[in-house]
Amino acid sequence: MVPTNYYVILSAILFGLGVFAFIFKRNVITIFMSIELMLNAVNLAFVAFSQALGKLDGQVFVLFVIVVAAAEAAVGLGIIILIARNRQTLNVERVDLLKL
Amino acid sequence: MLEYLWIVPLLPLLGSAVNGLFGAKWPNKIVNLAAIGSTGLSFLGALEAVREFFDYFAQNHQAFHKPFFTWIAAGNFRAGFDLQMDQLTVVMVLVVTGVGWLIHIYATGYMAHEGGYYRFFSYLNLFMFFMLILVLAANYVLLFVGWEGVGLSSYLLIGFYFLKKSAADAGKKAFIVNRIGDFGFMLGMFLLFKTFGTLDFVQLFARADPWPAETMGHLGTFTIACLLLFMGACGKSAQLPLYVWLPDAMEGPTPVSALIHAATMVTAGVYVVARSHILFAHSETAMLAVAIIGCATAFFAATIGLVQTDIKKVLAYSTVSQLGYMFLACGVGAFSAGIFHLMTHAFFKALLFLAAGSVIHAMGGEQDMNRMGGLSKKIRWTYLTMLTATLAIAGFPPFAGFFSKDSILLSAFQNEYGGRKVGYTLYAFGLATALLTAFYMFRLIFLAFKGKPRYDEHKVHVHESTKSMLVPLVILAVLSTVGGWLAAPAFLPGGTDYFTRFLQPVFGGVEVGGTEIEAHSLEITLAIVAVITALAGWAFAYWMYIRQRGRADELAKSLKPAYTTLLNKYYVDELYAAVVVRPLLWISTNVLWKTADVAGIDGAVNGIAEGATTIGDGVRHVQSGNTRSYAVWVVVGAIVIIAVILFWPATGKPVLGLVH
Repeated sequence: MVPTNYYVILSAILFGLGVFAFIFKRNVITIFMSIELMLNAVNLAFVAFSQALGKLDGQVFVLFVIVVAAAEAAVGLGIIILIARNRQTLNVERVDLLKL
Repeated sequence: MLEYLWIVPLLPLLGSAVNGLFGAKWPNKIVNLAAIGSTGLSFLGALEAVREFFDYFAQNHQAFHKPFFTWIAAGNFRAGFDLQMDQLTVVMVLVVTGVGWLIHIYATGYMAHEGGYYRFFSYLNLFMFFMLILVLAANYVLLFVGWEGVGLSSYLLIGFYFLKKSAADAGKKAFIVNRIGDFGFMLGMFLLFKTFGTLDFVQLFARADPWPAETMGHLGTFTIACLLLFMGACGKSAQLPLYVWLPDAMEGPTPVSALIHAATMVTAGVYVVARSHILFAHSETAMLAVAIIGCATAFFAATIGLVQTDIKKVLAYSTVSQLGYMFLACGVGAFSAGIFHLMTHAFFKALLFLAAGSVIHAMGGEQDMNRMGGLSKKIRWTYLTMLTATLAIAGFPPFAGFFSKDSILLSAFQNEYGGRKVGYTLYAFGLATALLTAFYMFRLIFLAFKGKPRYDEHKVHVHESTKSMLVPLVILAVLSTVGGWLAAPAFLPGGTDYFTRFLQPVFGGVEVGGTEIEAHSLEITLAIVAVITALAGWAFAYWMYIRQRGRADELAKSLKPAYTTLLNKYYVDELYAAVVVRPLLWISTNVLWKTADVAGIDGAVNGIAEGATTIGDGVRHVQSGNTRSYAVWVVVGAIVIIAVILFWPATGKPVLGLVH
């Protein structure tokens, strides 16, 4: 039996990597993937706690998160395709039309 | 009709509404029909109500009182739409509707060629409505509704020619000066309600009656309440020191001057004092104040009237002066004499104004008496009726003014408040005023109607007025002649002073002069003195303006300081401007406007707005448009929240609303 701590630490590491990539990457698709990474890090934590506490709540949450992530992927990819078409780039630093 | 008394005031309101809403597109004839019809029906209704009231009174021996609906009910305070009728109301209602109706008829002729014809009659009918509410009201609150309403109508009608700046200003002046008096009136009402718990006339007077009277110099409830009510009366009835609006009110059309600023509205103050006579009788101080102010105003205004050259201004000051007489009568306890003078004054002063209007009409708008003269032959009817009114106001027997003025002077002579000497002084000033009255009225007659024409006879085509104007003149002339016989004193054959007896049920308990005067010799002596005084006034005017023309100018030159002072109305307007208006304007401009409003209120509002802008200016740089910087902010926010939860759980709870 793997202790719950290990799962949580792994989850934190994955989440930290996601945050790191979210902040420092410029490619939209990479940023998008880092969000997915964070979501899945959280999923991992949920499942671990669910196992540790012997409750199903965490697993139900995971299913919700997966559904939301799927929907978000659909919308997000749509947005990315439009950005690519209009700006001929995927670099977020050049997508700054809302700047004051 | 008595059961449906509300119809009497409602009819003019309907006339006003109909003319005001639809009159703009109607020809004058239909406007006339609505205006004269509604007031005429109101007059007939009032007559019928009065007839029924006499039957009612014969059976019940008390005032008729009927609540129609509750208007305000709050706690133990109730103000209802209650109308009442007693002998005092009878006099007022008949004067208001009767004289008002005649003046309406006159106005159809006078205003025929003026613009805004329907507007004029709408306002005039509105005035009739409020005036009837005022005199029929059975409590102070409803009376105050009428009181303010007539003030509003007065304002609207003074400023009828609103494109003329002087007319618009005069309207505002009337409104503002009246507001000062109304302030006192309201305070008086509050004090009465606080003390007696009701403002209903019947209950209030019944509760007040058993209270002990307050002696001279004692500032008790009655004295203060009465002085406050009298302050309101001073504003409405143009007494010192609030009389200044009435002469300016002559900017309105002449029928308005006749109806509102001579016959009816300005007498509302006298009516209120007479209506509150039980309260006033409880305070010697208030009575003396009323008498002194009335007497002083009578004399003061008469002196100004001596030198005015505008025909309407002379009559305006004469009105102020005669109103002073009425207050003098009330102040010495002769309420019925005051009300009697109110009635006769309504007849002859309305007539004087209407006749003056006829003169102005004939002269094509000229009001300066220095540019008239010799009109008596050209406008015979106007001249004769005006002469009747002049004889009446000057106090020649057997015209109306003689009887009313005589009974006032007699009561002043017998005044008990403040001692005999006060009474003699009041009488002396009253008599002097009578002399001045006779003088300035005959001066008016001689200047306008006698002598040689002083206008360009080729340019001004003098013409007699139309029938619709002359008929009311003649009716009022008859009333000015016979109206006084109602109160013919007992020493004359057939005289029983019917009027005082008639008002006995209202004033009976407090009348000082009373009906039964022991010694007729005093009365006869005083009457003879009064007639001699009036003759002296006439003779003086005759000597100065007919016999030795130019003597008036010489006199004016030799008494130049006095003459200029009078011509400038004692500089009262200038004094008020310096003492009240200009400081008020200065405070309004510098303190209220520039300091409180601009710097304080606007400053606070603008300051908050500017602060928000400044903060926004600084914070807007956060919105860089750069998605990654947003991402950083999200992460930083998340870290802060987590840090709070981890390290300061106690703070985190209330600040972030977290539940552990």
